[in-house]
Amino acid sequence: MSMIEFRDVQKYYGKFHALKDINLEIDKGETVVLIGPSGSGKSTLARTVNGLETIQEGQLIVNGHDIADRKTDINRIRTDVGMVFQHFNLYQNKNVLENVMLAPRIVLKLDETENKKRAMDILDQVGLADKAENMPSQISGGQAQRVAIARSLAMRPKCMLFDEPTSALDPEMIDDVLRVIKYVTSQSDMTSLIVTHEMGFAQEVANRVIFMDQGQILADDETSKFFENPSNPRAKQFLSKIIKH
Amino acid sequence: MIKLFVDNWSQFLTGFGWTLLSSVLALFFSLILGSFFAILEVIPNKFARIVGNVYVEIFRNIPLLVITMFFYLVIPMYVVKINGFAAGTIGLTIYTSAFIAETVRAGINSVDVGQMEASRSNGMTYVQAMRYIVLPQAFKYVIPPLGNQFVNLVKNSSVLAFVAGFDLMYQGNSIASTTFETVNTYFVVAIFYLIITLPISYYMQHLERKIV
Repeated sequence: MSMIEFRDVQKYYGKFHALKDINLEIDKGETVVLIGPSGSGKSTLARTVNGLETIQEGQLIVNGHDIADRKTDINRIRTDVGMVFQHFNLYQNKNVLENVMLAPRIVLKLDETENKKRAMDILDQVGLADKAENMPSQISGGQAQRVAIARSLAMRPKCMLFDEPTSALDPEMIDDVLRVIKYVTSQSDMTSLIVTHEMGFAQEVANRVIFMDQGQILADDETSKFFENPSNPRAKQFLSKIIKH
Repeated sequence: MIKLFVDNWSQFLTGFGWTLLSSVLALFFSLILGSFFAILEVIPNKFARIVGNVYVEIFRNIPLLVITMFFYLVIPMYVVKINGFAAGTIGLTIYTSAFIAETVRAGINSVDVGQMEASRSNGMTYVQAMRYIVLPQAFKYVIPPLGNQFVNLVKNSSVLAFVAGFDLMYQGNSIASTTFETVNTYFVVAIFYLIITLPISYYMQHLERKIV
């Protein structure tokens, strides 16, 4: 059963063809890592899944609903699809606990005591229960990203999108964040799409690796196959460059 | 100067009262009107944006006196009879609202787009994202420039003198022309304006410190 399905999707920014003939199926419970050089369209692809970017042609089915269909209630879909950004985007005017509790309160209309209990549990899982009362400006980047993940999880999503979640972090912060993401993806019913440059991490968590360049999907391989012998020469070249460092 | 004030205190205070009333009314309504047009300018709807833009560009680029004269002379001729005070206050409200709209719009735009994207991704509607996340942050940015607009508004209320609005400036002109004590009269008038504007300046600074 597929959670996300792209059917002949095209995306343009004006005349620029950002996503070309995208066909992709991600099953429920799968963890898929998306890699490729910058400007290849991987972030754009992830952002189409929850409607932050619109598509111009084709169909994009998320959890059984066509995103491109005007009749689809995009807010309803977004409650099932969590998103984690490169720059965290914590609500700057709310403290850590409120960041986690706000959407469940006003979107899901969750009971306040239940909401608080859930929020504290999730913050505990990401190791930040003691920062609940802090403002976003008072915590580090790695902590902020874990709060951002907690904020998404509080909606109990069926699917998570990670858009370069560690690219803006100091090296020593990355591990804590990756550990949390790994924990999230390990839950059997969670579907994840991760855009990342962390190859070791990709190897560890992904069921499949997708390689993109210039708006196209060039390779879609099982993780072990991708890292040993990718099906596309351009992907092979990309890997050899990255692994050298 | 003190003698001049003692001799004409009731006229000065009358003027002060009308200036204060006009300023408070114009401040209240221009804030509402200005915020409304600012929101029209930022919502993702082309028609709303055009309406907001046209309003702001027209009233921001016409002298206040011309707008006020329009309400004082043209409106009573064709629509409804209004006095100088009402015409002046309406003119002041509309003129200031155009500037407030620009100020508030700039404040909304200075909130990082990531805040809106995160809110929407979290399942909030556009209105919820605006209400809980974007506008509270925008408010912080607009306090200092908004304080300027309020001070300008009080000073601009002297336009009422041109349309017999009985305000401070109007009374000042009248006292100066009967007593011939021009310098002293306008000194007293200036002090009365300061009595309104200085507390606004001070309060805005206080608010800025408290929130930021």
